[in-house]
Amino acid sequence: MTTALPTLDRSAVRSFVDAHVVPEADRWDRAGAIPEEFLARLTEAGLWAPFLPPEVGGAGLDMRGLGAVHEEIGRGCSSVRSLLTVHTMVSWAVQRWGSDAQRERWLPDLAAGRVLGAFCLSEPGAGSDAVGITTTATAHGGGWLLSGVKKWITNGARADLFLVFARNGSGISAFLVPRTAPGVRVEPIHDMLGTRASMLAEVAFDEVLLGPDALVGPSGFASGMVLSGVLDLGRYSVAAGSVGIVQACLDASAGYAAQRTVGGAPLSELQLIRAKLSDMVTDVRAARLLCEEAGRLKDAGDSATIMATWVAKYFASTAAARHATEAVQIHGALGCAPGSPTARFYRDAKVMEIIEGSSEIQRITIADEAFRQDYGRTPEDQR
Amino acid sequence: MANTHAQTIRAFIVGRHPQAELTDDQDIFSLGFINSLFAMELVMFIEKEFGVSLPNDELRIDNFRTVSSMAELVERRLAGAVSA
Ligand SMILES: Cc1cc2nc3c(=O)[nH]c(=O)nc-3n(C[C@H](O)[C@H](O)[C@H](O)COP(=O)(O)OP(=O)(O)OC[C@H]3O[C@@H](n4cnc5c(N)ncnc54)[C@H](O)[C@@H]3O)c2cc1C
Repeated sequence: MTTALPTLDRSAVRSFVDAHVVPEADRWDRAGAIPEEFLARLTEAGLWAPFLPPEVGGAGLDMRGLGAVHEEIGRGCSSVRSLLTVHTMVSWAVQRWGSDAQRERWLPDLAAGRVLGAFCLSEPGAGSDAVGITTTATAHGGGWLLSGVKKWITNGARADLFLVFARNGSGISAFLVPRTAPGVRVEPIHDMLGTRASMLAEVAFDEVLLGPDALVGPSGFASGMVLSGVLDLGRYSVAAGSVGIVQACLDASAGYAAQRTVGGAPLSELQLIRAKLSDMVTDVRAARLLCEEAGRLKDAGDSATIMATWVAKYFASTAAARHATEAVQIHGALGCAPGSPTARFYRDAKVMEIIEGSSEIQRITIADEAFRQDYGRTPEDQR
Repeated sequence: MANTHAQTIRAFIVGRHPQAELTDDQDIFSLGFINSLFAMELVMFIEKEFGVSLPNDELRIDNFRTVSSMAELVERRLAGAVSA
């Protein structure tokens, strides 16, 4: 059966998700992996990096469109969305910051999903505090020698190409490391709380010898921009995926409330249940609009997208966690049962509050906005 | 031209740090304004506002040290775009 999508608009992706993701997501969650057969489907559907330009095999999808795709995938399965997120981060880094040679070497394979990417920043001793990473890249015979250990790497167990952030003198730079390079060791991490099928791993780099073409982007003061930019895009994808979780909680809860009766009346007529549903309806729309604003600003190349993305991610991820809790509550014991989609949303939503800038980091960072001119106004209002 | 570029760039930076006073020749790194997020916002702002692209080899600290040096960078990129 062919799964090539005629277009990458929201409705085509929605049908794809309903047909191929929703029915399988709980099985993948229990198995702790996305099967190769479905990865091939994603490839065929052109969903790995559709924002890449057509010249390299992408669909030239804009960032608003990409957000819609990641929302729909996230509605079906946060583990699959996580794979797309990290692949997107790697592909974008090569596209935005890579040399011509790096683009030629990697983009066609990344666009086609022949090479899957993973993003390696966190370490056993450093998460929120990226400055604390201890992985080093030392100049060596015209190239680099990379040493260190990366932990909690989404798709680390499966990916072919790692974008690794390492200390290089006083700054932090990005390096492209093929999984097959001698000295790369991958140790899968099983049984995470949420996004259980996202194939996490610890990835160790033991004096991995890299050519000069492994370094991505500028060095010196601007090298941090590669990391900031990649994290911004990851945050955007997680924000969109979180909107998908809220939508899934709303769909499940409304469906169940309409059909389950207690004391002779359907749940849907109980005021306390209606209040929960009202908040879901409101928050899913608000979160989606915040994501759309961030995407629109990205498409316009407007630097205000950075703060807009923080705000969207903070709002959407906390809404997802809040409403997933309520969705389980509405489902009662069934919400706690084995194979329950709402139980999966609940576990996955918790992860959204931790990754790509935890809620604490969001709250610290977004406060900067309060001390700027015209704080709280959208960029349009300021003009 | 470089003068109005400088004004525009200074207005952007001061908008982010309203308490600060900033001359065109002050080293913004020594003032502690620059973290990697702000550096990225600054690069995006310059690219969009002036319609220039800043390739990797122009992203050197000396090009971003002061408002004046950024204005000169913009001038240079605009001239390059015309002659190219
Ligand atoms: C499922 C999953 C997938 C992941 N995938 C990847 C991946 O693909 N690549 C990758 O590099 N990493 C990945 N991570 C790691 C993730 O990025 C980190 O977990 C995250 O950055 C937080 O770091 P930490 O877990 O070390 O927590 P810590 O940084 O140790 O923080 C612990 C707690 O303290 C809070 N905290 C931290 N600093 C402050 C502060 N200044 N003020 C107040 N509170 C603070 C945090 O919010 C958190 O609640 C993944 C994690 C998970 C759970």
